[in-house]
Amino acid sequence: MPTPAELQERIEAALPGAEVSVDDLTGGGDHFRAEIVSDRFAGLSRIQQHKLVYDVFGPEIGGAIHALSIKTSTPGATS
Amino acid sequence: MTNDEISAFLKQAIDENRVMLFMKGTPEQPACGFSARAAGALNALGVQYAALDILPDQRIREELSGLSGWPTIPQLFVDKELVGGSDIIIEMYESGELAELLGVEQPEAVEAAPEPEPVRQAPIGLENRLD
Repeated sequence: MPTPAELQERIEAALPGAEVSVDDLTGGGDHFRAEIVSDRFAGLSRIQQHKLVYDVFGPEIGGAIHALSIKTSTPGATS
Repeated sequence: MTNDEISAFLKQAIDENRVMLFMKGTPEQPACGFSARAAGALNALGVQYAALDILPDQRIREELSGLSGWPTIPQLFVDKELVGGSDIIIEMYESGELAELLGVEQPEAVEAAPEPEPVRQAPIGLENRLD
């Protein structure tokens, strides 16, 4: 069962320099919320930003990770 | 029904409905909190949209994600383009971008959801054709 810390490490590894926080929404190890601040998102649409994060986990999304809620932003951006 | 037929059906639903929501359950009876929030945002904006429940057959979700490249449900398409999943739908709803995209007025109180507009079924009932 994935842990928030594991998800955080994997996102950080894929997006070097990103500021990442991950919460387990239900405590059940399958519904997560990730907030990610990264300059890699600059100039990308929301769809592209979220896909970058989903791509870290591939088929695990919808599998072991039942749900991953994502909030992305770039450094200095307001919300 | 073959996977190709399901995929063709999904493409048709996206092509024929300007605002097309794929969700778990129905707008009246959403089967997942994320789908409920997505349908709730569209209801609050008072736009007409079509909704398709992806739960009746696992292959619907597989084929949809194959078409869209998006792994999760719900998925909202507007003018045949993927807008996003529930996080993006809610962010765009709260910021007024979704109202702008759909050409409707942003409700004054974003929290207050008015009565939902009648929901169109997707063009053909998919459930009945799966056997």
